[in-house]
Amino acid sequence: MSRLLYVLPLILFLGAAAYFAAPILRGKDPRTLPSAMIDKPAPAQELPPLMSSKQGIDPGSLTGDVRLVNFFASWCGPCRVEHPLLMEIGASNAVPLYGINYKDAPGAAVNWLAQLGDPFQRIGRDGDGRVAIEWGVYGVPETYVVDKAGRIQYRHVGPLSREDYQEVILPIVEKLRKAG
Amino acid sequence: MIAELGHYALALALCIAVVQSTVPLYGAARRDDILMSLARPAASAQFLAILVAYGALTHGYVTSDFSILNVAQNSHSLKPVLYKISGVWGNHEGSMVLWVLILALFGFAVAAFGNNLPASLRARVLAVQGMIGVGFIGFILLTSNPFERLIPAPLDGRDLNPLLQDPGLAFHPPMLYLGYVGFSMAFSFAVAALIEGRVDPAWARWVRPWTLAAWTALTGGIALGSWWAYYELGWGGWWYWDPVENASFMPWLAGTALLHSAIVVEKRDALKSWTILLAIITFGLSLMGTFLVRSGVLTSVHAFAVDPERGLYILGLMTLAVGGALILFAMRAPSMKLGGMFQPISREGGLVMNNLLLSVATATVFIGTLYPLFLDATTGEKVSVGPPFFNAAFVPVMMPLVLLVAIGPMLAWKRGDLPGAMARLWTAAILSIAAAAFVWSLQNDVAFGPIIGFAFAGWLAGGSITEWAERIALFRVPLSTSLSRAAGLPRSAHGMTLAHLGLAIFICGAVADSFWRQEVVVNAKPGESVSIAGFELTLDRIERAQGPNYRTETAHLSVTRDGAPVTTLTPERRFYPVQQMPTTEAAIHSTFLADLYAAIGEGGDRQGWTVRVWHNPLVPWIWVGCLVMVIGGLVSLSDRRLRVGAPKRRASATPTAQAAGAD
Repeated sequence: MSRLLYVLPLILFLGAAAYFAAPILRGKDPRTLPSAMIDKPAPAQELPPLMSSKQGIDPGSLTGDVRLVNFFASWCGPCRVEHPLLMEIGASNAVPLYGINYKDAPGAAVNWLAQLGDPFQRIGRDGDGRVAIEWGVYGVPETYVVDKAGRIQYRHVGPLSREDYQEVILPIVEKLRKAG
Repeated sequence: MIAELGHYALALALCIAVVQSTVPLYGAARRDDILMSLARPAASAQFLAILVAYGALTHGYVTSDFSILNVAQNSHSLKPVLYKISGVWGNHEGSMVLWVLILALFGFAVAAFGNNLPASLRARVLAVQGMIGVGFIGFILLTSNPFERLIPAPLDGRDLNPLLQDPGLAFHPPMLYLGYVGFSMAFSFAVAALIEGRVDPAWARWVRPWTLAAWTALTGGIALGSWWAYYELGWGGWWYWDPVENASFMPWLAGTALLHSAIVVEKRDALKSWTILLAIITFGLSLMGTFLVRSGVLTSVHAFAVDPERGLYILGLMTLAVGGALILFAMRAPSMKLGGMFQPISREGGLVMNNLLLSVATATVFIGTLYPLFLDATTGEKVSVGPPFFNAAFVPVMMPLVLLVAIGPMLAWKRGDLPGAMARLWTAAILSIAAAAFVWSLQNDVAFGPIIGFAFAGWLAGGSITEWAERIALFRVPLSTSLSRAAGLPRSAHGMTLAHLGLAIFICGAVADSFWRQEVVVNAKPGESVSIAGFELTLDRIERAQGPNYRTETAHLSVTRDGAPVTTLTPERRFYPVQQMPTTEAAIHSTFLADLYAAIGEGGDRQGWTVRVWHNPLVPWIWVGCLVMVIGGLVSLSDRRLRVGAPKRRASATPTAQAAGAD
């Protein structure tokens, strides 16, 4: 029995190591993982507005044009890293950018946007993170490309870099726009 | 040419490490002195070779040799020299070279100063150290060659991420690595002891200084990182429970436990298997930190050079090292002799509680950090764990620990007298109540969080001072006698008091900042002002200027209090054109009691600038507390008993060391 106690650390460690290995071995690196939601309609919940001056997100607002939907939170470090780029995207009018504020205190999120700038055309609030689960969000930040029919077409995990945006996201947006 | 020389030196280091990890081990098994004695020159040669490689890479950075891919991707000819040097470790490949350099440095230190170690133990320790070296040098050569050439060479480089171009961050990684890699010594000693099948107080005496040195460096490294986040990121906070912050915090917690359990092994010859296990776990957690940052299994602001292949390699290394050590542990530990017995209420009992609570704290952080990963792999469900979890789960574990830190040192070894100890802690109780009452009187509304927080800090500070005062019989004998007693105390005793006091100071800062922080955000044009915590800040003007590799907008905010001028704050917003990235340089007016912190955001002459101001009470105490802990560690490290370079004096100092030395 006491002998077993000495083997226990080894068993626990091997268990943890297996969990570490699983996502890599299955090729399930979160950055390359295509979402299970690809080509499915974006979740249809209505998201209340974050602030009174800007509309929230409802299912109708996600159709008609190709859009980027960015999940962000004021407590999230990587969101801050990608924010300057979002500001540029917002200013460039290349593609409409919607924001979903994830598990955040509304006051903190509004302050955050006041300090760093607000790149979003619409901002929906997902206070308890339920809608994010429907979208398949792994952790903030994540950015989705939604086509004209309101279907999710691409998912980017982690902070968006300039290369990601210009070399991956924009071509997808162009293609979807042309596709009608 | 020089880069190729560096590459060659690294390959040579690998070969030396292979010899170092095999021949002495075989020699120790055969009791062959000549084979065992190979360990020391091998460790020295390995260090020298890696030093050459590191020097070659640094040369590439300092001379801006953009024909080296790594330099071209991470440096720029206009970058200040300090950041050219620190740029070496500001990227994945270079940081791994620094990692193995520090690893080899520790090996070299054992080879150079380990005269008094038994030959077989020294050979085995260096062999284990050599194995870790083989793993990581191999990792660099196979997956992350820092010397790869780029032909044709670009005219200029892509520059270092501007957030990292900061003096605070320049020294954060080396300190952190000294800590992470320093725990490899405890690991090597633990594995060597398992191979020898023997742990005794002498063993603990050799392990402690290495652990203490690693712990001190890690404390400094984490504090530097947190300080950097505070003043550079421009959002007024200092700890976010980010996965990678947690990755450095877990080895710190486990290392703190190890530091304390090694005392029990040294003084009382007990808790041996547990201490060995802790040493393995601590280094395992350090490796996990290295793995998490580079594998991309968790998303984090710190994640760099994410690459599944590299992740898998490090995971393999981790499995070999920790798994192998744990197999050895399962085989050998049960046969280790139990040491001294003790009552539950005793110094040992207190240290066991300390270990228990620190282990629970480590496990809490571990689960919180990796829960999203576990849940995703098991059920496919996605969650994220944020600061609320950690604050709710971590703080309650730390509270009894803080209570205990004051009581533990008052208890005698073997069998302690709890009522007696509590009776002697009346000064701590008074300080605790006084702190609580003072905080109560300061607050307009009665919030219990800060009152309880300061009561705990007062208790801890009071307890630490009482214990120290008792040892020198302060106020009970003439002051001169007390002073000479203080001079006669071992430095490790002073070190402990300092480290515990540092913790108390840290708690004050952390509690005050979490409960009393104030924040104002306004959109201001020149001439407009904002008030916070009795201060009035007026935006005088915005100046534009050109730095060496950036453009900058500087706001001039004049600060007054009750009409009297206090200072001028000049927060900046920089733009680095090469990386197309803006950074904020916050301006901080720090008094010992509070920080007035200002940052500016986007803006222009017409629409005005976003000005964000915080009032952070006692926030400097957070880093003062860490600094005091580091000083405590250094003072304790200078204890003659632990000093690795003084073997002769030590041999005559204690019979235990002599007996072990003759082994």
